Amino acid sequence: MFDSLKDKLQSVFTGLGKRGALSDSDVDAALREVRLALLDADVAVPVVKQFMDSIREKAVGAAVLKSVRPDQQVIKIVNDGLTEILGGDATPLMVDVTPPAVILMAGLQGSGKTTTAGKLAQFLKTKHRKKVMLASLDMTRPAAREQLRMLGEQAEVGVLPEDDKQTPTQLAKRALQSAQLQGYDVLILDTAGRQSIDDGLMSELSEIKALSKPSETLLVADALTGQDAVNTATAFQSRIGITGIILTRLDGDARGGAALSMRHITGCPIKFAGVGEKLDALEAFDPARMAGRILDMGDVVALVEKAAEAIEEEEAMRMAQRMAKGKFDLNDFLTQLRQLKKMGGLGGLLGLLPGVGKLNKQLAAAGVDDSMIKRQEAIILSMTKKERVSVALLNASRRKRIAAGSGTSVQEVNRVVKQYQDMARMMKKMGNKAGAAGLKAMLGGGSPLGAPADAGMDLEAMAKQFGSAKGGGLSNFGKMPNLGGLPPGINPNRKK
Amino acid sequence: MSWLRQLTQGLKKSSASATSHLTGIFTGQKINADTMESLEEALISADLGVAASSKIVQSLAKKYDGKSGDQDALLESLSEAIEQILTPYQKILSVSDNNHPHIMLLVGVNGSGKTTTAGKLAQRFSKQGKKVVLVAADTFRAAAIEQLKGWAQRTSVDLISADRGADPAALVYQAIEKAKIQQADLVLIDTAGRLQNRVELMDELAKIVRVIKKLEPDAPHDSLIVLDGTVGQNAISQLKAFQQVSPISGLIMTKLDGSARGGALVALAEEFQLPIHLIGVGETAEDLQDFNASAYARILLGLPPKNRE
Repeated sequence: MFDSLKDKLQSVFTGLGKRGALSDSDVDAALREVRLALLDADVAVPVVKQFMDSIREKAVGAAVLKSVRPDQQVIKIVNDGLTEILGGDATPLMVDVTPPAVILMAGLQGSGKTTTAGKLAQFLKTKHRKKVMLASLDMTRPAAREQLRMLGEQAEVGVLPEDDKQTPTQLAKRALQSAQLQGYDVLILDTAGRQSIDDGLMSELSEIKALSKPSETLLVADALTGQDAVNTATAFQSRIGITGIILTRLDGDARGGAALSMRHITGCPIKFAGVGEKLDALEAFDPARMAGRILDMGDVVALVEKAAEAIEEEEAMRMAQRMAKGKFDLNDFLTQLRQLKKMGGLGGLLGLLPGVGKLNKQLAAAGVDDSMIKRQEAIILSMTKKERVSVALLNASRRKRIAAGSGTSVQEVNRVVKQYQDMARMMKKMGNKAGAAGLKAMLGGGSPLGAPADAGMDLEAMAKQFGSAKGGGLSNFGKMPNLGGLPPGINPNRKK
Repeated sequence: MSWLRQLTQGLKKSSASATSHLTGIFTGQKINADTMESLEEALISADLGVAASSKIVQSLAKKYDGKSGDQDALLESLSEAIEQILTPYQKILSVSDNNHPHIMLLVGVNGSGKTTTAGKLAQRFSKQGKKVVLVAADTFRAAAIEQLKGWAQRTSVDLISADRGADPAALVYQAIEKAKIQQADLVLIDTAGRLQNRVELMDELAKIVRVIKKLEPDAPHDSLIVLDGTVGQNAISQLKAFQQVSPISGLIMTKLDGSARGGALVALAEEFQLPIHLIGVGETAEDLQDFNASAYARILLGLPPKNRE
């Protein structure tokens, strides 16, 4: 899905990639192309306008990050903007209310309401273990009622028996009663397809909503929709009030601009995506992934991460150089702690180690856990800049101040300082003696899990290991020189 | 003329929305690049697509650049430009007496309105005195067969159907054989909706076409794609994909009674140069109207119909 927009934007950015530095006119040209691509993707004109405004604002303010290619920078900005429109975090369906929770389905003719009602019933039954009843209130199209009955049978959920003589509101009342009496958890009301401008049907729908008090009112919309998505979304939102959107036919090749438009206009989250005809072809809608898919060259999120990684690599390179020169201060120590935290903390890291279960328990018994890293971080942060560069400054009164500032004890401060000093000594030794070779052994071979040390590994490769949280399995362990794989500062022997 | 009135009624909401976009643009001021940009955006908002919109606006810009704004004249020109694009493709759908029977195949994505259109067409041609055989070759969608049964009963045409899940190609084969024996004039085949990127479903359609050709090498005499009026630029992708399976002979656009403006038709006409036969502007069979370029263009822009048209 969204492939075509992806292609478009990709071609825009390929153009940028070749140019290197991004000038103002480059940004303008890029955004013009992005605008066209979005319009071509059926994103509604007013939505595109607002989007471009917000992007320009961000692009103009933001400096191109060092070591990130300008096109990557633009990708990140556009990607973030798209993610924002698509809605940030997905919200789950509200069905855990006093039963029966009512879900009201609304939408234009042919948007896929009835099929989606069936899918939703199946989803709630299998994934949420709910007892679900389907009821069709579509009195204008007998075949729709027939269809819902068949879908209900397929999904093996309850279906309200039909009654040709009742009006939709009467049917809704009867459905509520039956669902209550028969102990259903969820009642899904499928309504007649309507044009958004059909006053009669719209007021009927709002009447049904008033009497059934649904916990979710879902607008079912077709991903193939063009500019009319705005009208539809506006009409249903203002006349009925909706709580969420289900986008159907996302398995098609539509660029899906309607998703952006509707999300933006209604402010309601897109909760599900219909991705096929079968009953189980309903997926939770993931805005971040969707934004990624819109832009992506392979996978934009990965690309953005890569860009960020590039910065980290540079950082790591600098650090490796410092270490090689025997320079290693508390700031570097702090960086290491933070990287460790980012990698999922000690627990996450140890979890990756085979046969570490026992060690894990021992560590826990020794009080070594992630909260320790946090405390160590706090301790370093409570030091002045000067103190961080030159530990010699730390006399007793300074240490007391630091302990108070970080909410720890002087003993703990002492421990951090000692651990740092141990590490620094080791760095120096290696820096002086074998230089990179020593580090190499430490980084590669020293790691119990990392690939065997490559004799030809140079500083740069080393830096890569630092920078990449993923590269080479647990090569990151090399960052923690003492204890052959345990993070710096974590000394199991400290409790004697 | 009654059809025009109906068309006007059906489309008036569409045009109301287009007009509201347009009227704000011109009032009194000089026509400049901004005017043209707004105009282009208004056309894009009507689903004409970027390419068609900018082409139309550029042709206007040449004429009006620097002149002071006369909204009516500008809108007239715009309507003429759209009419000019569409007129060559205005073509009435008819059943030829040379074919025994004439075979019409309806294709399109899900929910575009194929089944309803099939029913309406059955009624239309049966009223014209043709003997119609309606084929419910959508054996996938729950209740598609029931829906056509309703139409068949109302219009008293023959309906040929099979159980759900049956092979649609086999059903089509039987239906054509039967129609030949019955000496029917028209075989109207409703197919299941399919998204154009679903290879296995497109293969299924290709098989239906192969089977038709086995019995009637020249058929299908009409391969009609049914498009939803709300469709955006994906219509182009739809047409391209369906073309590959069964060369499309004409377009039908449904559901133009909503707020959708169906401007995708202009984009399609530009790109594929295919006849536009019918537009659907309401629920009843009479609401399936022969396409008229002039009326459509004027109503799209919110202009009153020309006299005596």
